[in-house]
Amino acid sequence: MASEAAAIRKPGLDPRAMTWLLALLGLAALVAVLTLATRTGVIGRGNLIYDVLVDPFVLMVQSPDLLVQTLWEGLVSGVLYALIALGFVLIFKASGVFNFAQGIMVVFAALTLVGLHEKGVPAFLALILAIGVMFVLAFAVERIVLKPLVNQPDIILFMATFGLTYFLIGLGELIFGGNPKQMISRELYLPQGSTDLQMFGGLVRLQHIDIAAAVIASLMIAALAVFFSKTRIGRALRAVADSHKAALSVGISLDQIWVIVWFTAGIVALVTGIMWGARSDVSFALQIIALKALPVLILGGFTSIPGAIVGGLIIGVGEKVGEFYWGPLLGGGIETWLAYMIALLFLLYRPQGLFGERIIERV
Amino acid sequence: MFYREAGQYKTSYAADMAVFPLRQDRIGLGIIIAAAYALAFTKNDFLLQAVMIPFLIFSLAAIGLNLLTGYAGLLSLGTGGFMGVGAYACYKLMTAFPEVNVLVWILTSGFFAAGIGVLFGLPSLRIKGFYLAVATLAAQFFLQWAFNRVPWLVNYNVSGAIEAPLRTLFGVPIVGPNATPEVRYLVVLTLVIFLTWIASNIVRGRVGREWMAIRDMDIAAELMGIKLLNTKLLAFAASSYYCGVAGAMLVFLWYGGAEYTVFDINQSFFTLFMIIIGGLGSLIGSFFGAALIFIMPIGLGMLLPALLAPFGLSIGSETIEHLRFLIVGALIIFFLIVEPHGLARLWQIGKQKLRVWPFPY
Repeated sequence: MASEAAAIRKPGLDPRAMTWLLALLGLAALVAVLTLATRTGVIGRGNLIYDVLVDPFVLMVQSPDLLVQTLWEGLVSGVLYALIALGFVLIFKASGVFNFAQGIMVVFAALTLVGLHEKGVPAFLALILAIGVMFVLAFAVERIVLKPLVNQPDIILFMATFGLTYFLIGLGELIFGGNPKQMISRELYLPQGSTDLQMFGGLVRLQHIDIAAAVIASLMIAALAVFFSKTRIGRALRAVADSHKAALSVGISLDQIWVIVWFTAGIVALVTGIMWGARSDVSFALQIIALKALPVLILGGFTSIPGAIVGGLIIGVGEKVGEFYWGPLLGGGIETWLAYMIALLFLLYRPQGLFGERIIERV
Repeated sequence: MFYREAGQYKTSYAADMAVFPLRQDRIGLGIIIAAAYALAFTKNDFLLQAVMIPFLIFSLAAIGLNLLTGYAGLLSLGTGGFMGVGAYACYKLMTAFPEVNVLVWILTSGFFAAGIGVLFGLPSLRIKGFYLAVATLAAQFFLQWAFNRVPWLVNYNVSGAIEAPLRTLFGVPIVGPNATPEVRYLVVLTLVIFLTWIASNIVRGRVGREWMAIRDMDIAAELMGIKLLNTKLLAFAASSYYCGVAGAMLVFLWYGGAEYTVFDINQSFFTLFMIIIGGLGSLIGSFFGAALIFIMPIGLGMLLPALLAPFGLSIGSETIEHLRFLIVGALIIFFLIVEPHGLARLWQIGKQKLRVWPFPY
């Protein structure tokens, strides 16, 4: 049997490998044609093809220090997007709810911390109290929003989180006021200042807070990975993510798990809020940035933590590089929509994202 | 409870399939429309300018989004952008052809919005559910950026904002600084009634049924012979047409001018909330939702100070704004828990209960 199958082998390569090979060859041919055209002077500055396909790369090679700076800033904002996306993934994995309110939870957590400190509470006590507030919020959300909507279709739960978002915006503005606030970076011993590195003939400036953000994010992701794989509760969370019914039949209490998962997402939101707030002020504009997490999730897959990180980095770098090198062609400001366009193009070819589970439609 | 439905016999298929088969329902509708027109003569400028005109305009936008999300099941967060396309298209047409009647241009600008809607609706064949919401978010942010950065759209004026020039109908100014709220309200009311009538016929016809089939199970709809791409694009086109006309009316028959921040993501969200609370897949729900989301803050703004004044407490307008967010959010959660089908369903239940009142069923 096996020898028969081995004998009947179709000639040529596997079609997917063939497509990749052709794409690479096509790219190489394009690069060759463009280089030739530029060298011989057929196309130059001012020509549309040159401006879009050649000039940015020439610029990248000419000033590598600018490229490194742009890449660094892209990575930093990518890490922050990844943190926001991480909160989404946690909740989506465990309760199947796409938590649109994650953005406002980031703002709310940061505002609670700063608000408590303004009232005179010392920084680390304020941190612990803020964590407590996020726990109360998780409990309240589970009791008031999730429990009554248990078997409803996903779109209803998604819209419920819309309602939660606006509720938290109103509540946050009522309690803390709408003015932007300063994050208490010094009191939390977050590093300030920057280092200048001599590189490639130019200066690359690295903010210390950005390095700290990257380190703290990595630590948190590692802690979450350990939490999910080694602890009993982490395993229970993964069980609930797989199947609610099976988890119930094994004796896992869905209510408790949901409170824990929203609480974890709340802590992630707090850390994200501190990091974002340390780089710029804490204000309600931050929740629009949370909308940026959507392209990250699409790229990485809705149920994958490494996907959130990789997606965040790709979107962060892609956005910054796109804005810096291709933005001036379109008049600038393309950061507002570039991430969504990247996500849209990705969706057309791989709807489940890089690491997500394949979407199987059942009728 | 006011009337019995028995005894009205139909003698033709057309009469049997009518939207309002009962004489009393038709009379009731006529009374409501007559009352709406009569409002114009109450000389209450605040009521017309700040309540009724925007309520009708947002209802039209909500109808547009309801066609897409409620009837066709395609979640869209790009409403603000499509409204903006209609507004800027109307501006360009008005300024390029000033002799043509402005109502023609308001109705035509919807087609430009429909074209853009079809363009951004193209991914809908591959993408489903709230992935499509992200695609429409791309539309929203891209269009808002374009309104800001393309100077041709504002006729190269320095301020970057568009203004409503003076336009008349039968000698009476309807657009521009001289147009009185009464005249504008009558124009808006007529346009909204006309477009709602058309929408009602669309959703009860073949196209509406195709949309609903796609919403319920698109694979089965495709097997039945419904061409998915054409129908989905038609949904985007129709929805964007209504949003575009609403956007044009927003700028030229209400605000009198606008800049790109008017058509931001919050506008998209508020329209979505209107149809969620009002009822997905229901035209009257669009009106209910717009009434609740839009008129409630105004009502709060008048009610709360009146309630608190006897206690000597005053309440600022930003607090009212914050309370508005709070209450809108709480209401959404409340309605989704209590009645996911929204106010329209509550209205239906109410009518049903009244039919058999005083008996429970």
